[in-house]
Amino acid sequence: MTKTLLDKLWDLHIVADLGEGWSLLHIDRHLLHDLSGTAGLFALAQRGLAVANPELAFATPDHVVSTVPGRTGTTFEAGAKLWAGLKELSQKTGIRYFELGELGQGIVHVMAPELGITLPGVSLVCGDSHTCTNGGLGALAFGIGSSELTHALATQTLRQRKPKAMRVRFEGRLGNGIAPKDVILHLIGKIGASAGTGYAIEYAGEAIRAMTVEGRMTICNLSIELGSKIGFVAPDETTFKYVQGRRFAPKGDAFERALSHWHTLQAHNEAQYDRDEVIRAEKIAPTITWGTSPEHSIAIDEVVPDPSAITDLAGRKAWQEALEYMALTPGRPLAGTKVDWVFVGSCTNSRLTDLRDAAAIARGRRVVDGVNAWVVPGSEKVKREAEAEGLDAIFKSAGFEWREPGCSMCVAANGERVPPGARCVSTSNRNFVGRQGPGARTHLASPAMAVAAAVTGAITDVRRL
Amino acid sequence: MLPFTEMTGSAASLLRANIDTDVIIRIERLTSVPREQLGRYAFEALRYRADGSENPDFVLNHPIFRSASILIAGANFGCGSSREGAVWALMAAGLRCVIAESFGDIFYNNCFQNGLLPITLSASSVRHLADQTGQGAPMTVDLVRCAIVTAQNETIPFEIDAARRQALIEGLDDISRTLRQKPKVVAWQSEDRTRRPWIWQLPAA
Ligand code: SF4
Repeated sequence: MTKTLLDKLWDLHIVADLGEGWSLLHIDRHLLHDLSGTAGLFALAQRGLAVANPELAFATPDHVVSTVPGRTGTTFEAGAKLWAGLKELSQKTGIRYFELGELGQGIVHVMAPELGITLPGVSLVCGDSHTCTNGGLGALAFGIGSSELTHALATQTLRQRKPKAMRVRFEGRLGNGIAPKDVILHLIGKIGASAGTGYAIEYAGEAIRAMTVEGRMTICNLSIELGSKIGFVAPDETTFKYVQGRRFAPKGDAFERALSHWHTLQAHNEAQYDRDEVIRAEKIAPTITWGTSPEHSIAIDEVVPDPSAITDLAGRKAWQEALEYMALTPGRPLAGTKVDWVFVGSCTNSRLTDLRDAAAIARGRRVVDGVNAWVVPGSEKVKREAEAEGLDAIFKSAGFEWREPGCSMCVAANGERVPPGARCVSTSNRNFVGRQGPGARTHLASPAMAVAAAVTGAITDVRRL
Repeated sequence: MLPFTEMTGSAASLLRANIDTDVIIRIERLTSVPREQLGRYAFEALRYRADGSENPDFVLNHPIFRSASILIAGANFGCGSSREGAVWALMAAGLRCVIAESFGDIFYNNCFQNGLLPITLSASSVRHLADQTGQGAPMTVDLVRCAIVTAQNETIPFEIDAARRQALIEGLDDISRTLRQKPKVVAWQSEDRTRRPWIWQLPAA
């Protein structure tokens, strides 16, 4: 059988074949956060249903809690009820809950892999579209809506239709200082924000093999920005080393058994894909977005594109509107554009490796006056490890705010927003209109590029620093 | 869930590509506004100006299209965040059907859990339909026959997954259907405990 990795991951979880490509899939791991998780547990209680397998679910607040130092669950008042609700409903239903200040708290997609909750080959869901992040370890991970969330809690299964299989190979080596974020923004710019719709994407090739698990998670994180709710990387030695010893990862004999199973999670050499793309890794430059869709990405040394170059009328209008919203002029370089805010954080780029990349640029430099620059670690564990390495001190002495773990300014659901009209270089994943706050102008980039903007006051090619 | 068989209403067109669920409903609204009242917040960033007044250029603010029940949208409609509130907001705004060249995957799924019908048509058919929305001429969407009938009596067929179509027509809820399969799930799990013990052996809380 010449199975793709998608075929293997899918087949592993089929409880029943529902016909016409539909399966009843077992869900091995379920992550719950304070927004969709609280609502899902509440909806379940309202219907008088029980949680089928509470031992397979893990909850923590991240979206609607403040990230200000010294925060509690009620610091952001509008989120207090959701925070308290998640805690109460989790405890009532026997779901493990990680409270603020405890190891385990953090952005769900940051905490789950680092605790060993996410494992190669598991099926994992969360009421959150960036659940695909967990695919970085070779998990079948995807975001679900509220109804599906209730379904997963009540039955430990989901009715899913198998997507088509796409493979993207990054061949060759990345240039010096090129981050995983550049790689994925480059890809989205090249194939478009809806290229992945209806597909599960397997990322492969030399550049992926050479990447850390954290980097692979950054790549998988933006799968949904390609339109694909599932993205993954086949697990390998790098993955197994990453997993071993983590809190909820199998130990001893169980680990050995798991390991021999994980070794089978590879596509067959002759597997056929519905779509196959090859990208040359050495051609990728630091990449940043200019518009209001992640597909509006360019290399830092390119100029802002001109809508009149597009023949399709609707497409041209979209570009014009994006440029207007972003207050940019076509034909000019993006480099040199003044910035007001810098945000290093989110489930895309808030892991320890990201903070190290950011600190390497921040070290010995100063955030320019008038620029507000935040670093928001992705989890309590990341925060403690970064502090143990002294990264917080580097950020603070460079003039960054060092905050508590959470989603923060990525989505502004906790009231932490970029003000209207302000321009922000952000390491998050969405530059949508109003995403970081009404009227906020977002440029997506890597941690190093974000820090480069903070210390120069303008969008800057980090290679020139 | 609201069943969907056939409906007739006016259609509004909003052909911009990549309208994401953040634009359809801001996340803050979902923390504070009950589901049925989300309608006025649908497309908030497009619908209102900075001072809070209505933007007269936005199609759903136009007197003819205020009560539209069909939306003809650009490609990749509903991309982005998984929030099901996007579907609730559209439905609370009176919409029952969205027609587009393509949809965000999770949004597309969410539609079927709530009785909103997403129809995928070719780019040229979408544009053709959009051209006919002019004076709020009514269109009929017939899920039983899988066809759209325009005011000019032109019939445009569409395709949709058979299982999803049936569930929509009957207003069937997935959870109740799956709960009936519980014995199968339990049996699968007990085999899995031997097959993949590491999935189940978690340290005690
Ligand atoms: S960090 Fe941003 S993208 Fe990630 S889960 Fe939180 S809100 Fe969503």
